[in-house]
Amino acid sequence: MKKILTTLALGATLAAGPALAELTFPSLSYRTGPYAANGIPFADGYADYFAMLNARDGGIGGERVNLIECETGYNTEKGVECYEATKGEGALLYQPLSTGITYQLIPRVSADGIPMHTLGYGRTSASNGKVFPWVFNYPATYWDGASVAIKYLLDENGGSLEGKKIALVYHNSAYGKEPIRTLSELATEHGFELIELPVDHPGQEQKSQWLQIRRERPDNVLMWGWGVMNQVAVQEAANIRYPMDQFIGIWWSGSENDVKPAGDGADGYKALNFHAVGSDFELYDDLEEHVWSQGNAAGAGDQGGTVLYNRGLYAAMIAAEAARKAQEIHGVSAITPAQMRDGLEQLEMTEESMAELGLAGFGPTFSASCENHGGSGKAAINQWNAGEGRWEVLTDYIQSDQELIARLVEEDSMAYAQENNIELACQ
Amino acid sequence: MPDQLLFAIEVTLNGLMAGVLYALVALGFVLIFKASGIFNYAQGVMALFAALTLVGIMEGQVPFEHLINATFGTEIHGFGWEVPALLAILLTMVTMVLFAWLVNWLVLRHLVGQEPIILFMATIGLAYFLEGFGDMMWGSDIKALDVGLPQGINSWIDETTLDLFGYGFFIDNLDIAATIIAAILVAVLVAFSQYTKQGRALRAVADDHQAALSVGISLNFIWVLTWSIAGFVALVAGIMWGTKSGVQFSLSLIALKALPVLMLGGFTSIPGAIVGGLIIGVGEKLFEFLVGPLVGGATENWFAYVLALIFLVFRPQGLFGERIIERV
Repeated sequence: MKKILTTLALGATLAAGPALAELTFPSLSYRTGPYAANGIPFADGYADYFAMLNARDGGIGGERVNLIECETGYNTEKGVECYEATKGEGALLYQPLSTGITYQLIPRVSADGIPMHTLGYGRTSASNGKVFPWVFNYPATYWDGASVAIKYLLDENGGSLEGKKIALVYHNSAYGKEPIRTLSELATEHGFELIELPVDHPGQEQKSQWLQIRRERPDNVLMWGWGVMNQVAVQEAANIRYPMDQFIGIWWSGSENDVKPAGDGADGYKALNFHAVGSDFELYDDLEEHVWSQGNAAGAGDQGGTVLYNRGLYAAMIAAEAARKAQEIHGVSAITPAQMRDGLEQLEMTEESMAELGLAGFGPTFSASCENHGGSGKAAINQWNAGEGRWEVLTDYIQSDQELIARLVEEDSMAYAQENNIELACQ
Repeated sequence: MPDQLLFAIEVTLNGLMAGVLYALVALGFVLIFKASGIFNYAQGVMALFAALTLVGIMEGQVPFEHLINATFGTEIHGFGWEVPALLAILLTMVTMVLFAWLVNWLVLRHLVGQEPIILFMATIGLAYFLEGFGDMMWGSDIKALDVGLPQGINSWIDETTLDLFGYGFFIDNLDIAATIIAAILVAVLVAFSQYTKQGRALRAVADDHQAALSVGISLNFIWVLTWSIAGFVALVAGIMWGTKSGVQFSLSLIALKALPVLMLGGFTSIPGAIVGGLIIGVGEKLFEFLVGPLVGGATENWFAYVLALIFLVFRPQGLFGERIIERV
């Protein structure tokens, strides 16, 4: 009897455990806690894309994808715990979806030799591959975001921002403070006054900041917010009758969640984005056929087409294409984390490659290299149409000021390299 | 009048209004602490749960919809009707009474006579359970809440002050509504505790459990009553904060705003919660206005606690709390 039970237990363990020679992608998600409403669509998109590849193609290059979700609750300590708990599972790439967790993981992934992709978040200067060989943050960074916003405003103001006032309402955290350096440089260059308005976590009470905006009457307001801070800011802007088309959020302040609670008051609010919106892509047909209709959708299966779901899809698509590239470079299907890094470093997203994937025009074209882990630095401006209840794309992808960003990245990353005695890569 | 003075008056008025919103959250804590000596860690989550239930009922959402669909492969997406706000508020109140009864039946009655720290721990467990339960029951997406409360700048105040001072004050209509509702709520609570049999029983239990028991007052009934009233206060706070930011899980963090209010006003005083809220609201807003720009801003969260600590040093029981007298 004891033998039978042991055999059954062993069999159950083997059946439940991951199959060998899978490509393992941990997803450090947050489906609980105050930021869950944003964490869920991203995690769903990330999971559904890999589920679709498994169902449609049998995985990537013949290897099934093993997605391990670990709940962080957007808590940095829990994020590090998740990393430590999953790195031994053959993890190929981390996607922490938190700038706080990213900062903690940078030294760890560098020491453990596991790549990390921080899609449009994290430490901006990690785009310097010479200093951060294991970190990738393409297609655009926060500094690109700041530069694109100012370029857009320059266009809107006949090429000059001289004498203008621009307020930055930001989450008082590592994430929110990221654009300040770039915006300060741009303020000096273009002659506008930058008003910095920090908002403490979680951001439910912002009366002081918006009273100050009402008093100072800035020409434009930029926002680096996340979670409830976004909804409250949009509502407060509507309350003080700030012109919403002069209010621009970074891409983490530009989802449906951020504008819907304010109703019609949010109409005209703008946000940056580095990928397309909506579900009008061929890939969605495959998701429907192979995942959703089979009852295998991640979560409640009700997030398809939302901004953050699309971002999760986009992150997974980049991870999958980098894995495919790594398989191609090394001629093996069961790649290692180091080989995955090579794939990430030689990744090239073109119009043709995105069209082949059923995502024509979904994101900007970019190519990575040993030195450049930050992509092309392009972003578009979207605008919320409250009547229709959807985001509309206002502009093409706008190129950030690459000269300025490159200089700032070089300064910041080299200082980091010196502090941490890092030997430069790509020599 | 100089601009800076006008701005300071505007900030003070807005601080008072914000203070009312903080006081609304603190009231729930006070009610339960006063009647049972329990510091209810779950008060913020109760506000969240009440607001989630209210929106769920208003939108005709089927409770546990996602769970039912995932388990049975069904495609349920709501009842297909919408419930008027007033009826939905009444139904939510019934839910909160049921919740109070369950808390008492499943948790509190088993912990009678335990140390306060044990009861506090129980409420921590309750908070996390309720958060997860609310998530399963109503989903974790952000929901817009509109029970018909006005929002946005009050045009009359704006225009009148513009005529008088040459600068129009910003006062949010929602804050005005919150002030009126809070005033009515406090009046009703005071009337209830002074002029009804149940209210007097509640005060008797608050004064001395043993003595109240000896004259035949049911402790179970009083606890259910207290938690029901706290549930109602949580619903009011949930409506106010939920209207402002949408109903979402960070709503439970409003409890953080109530803590300095309680430290300042005392854990056992309803007027203390109100006055404490007003002092914290005005104090943090004025400090942010006057000192914030010199130190880089974002002072409100920590300054509220500094203010509360200063009061605590001189009056440990809070402004209106019961004096702590130990006799040997």
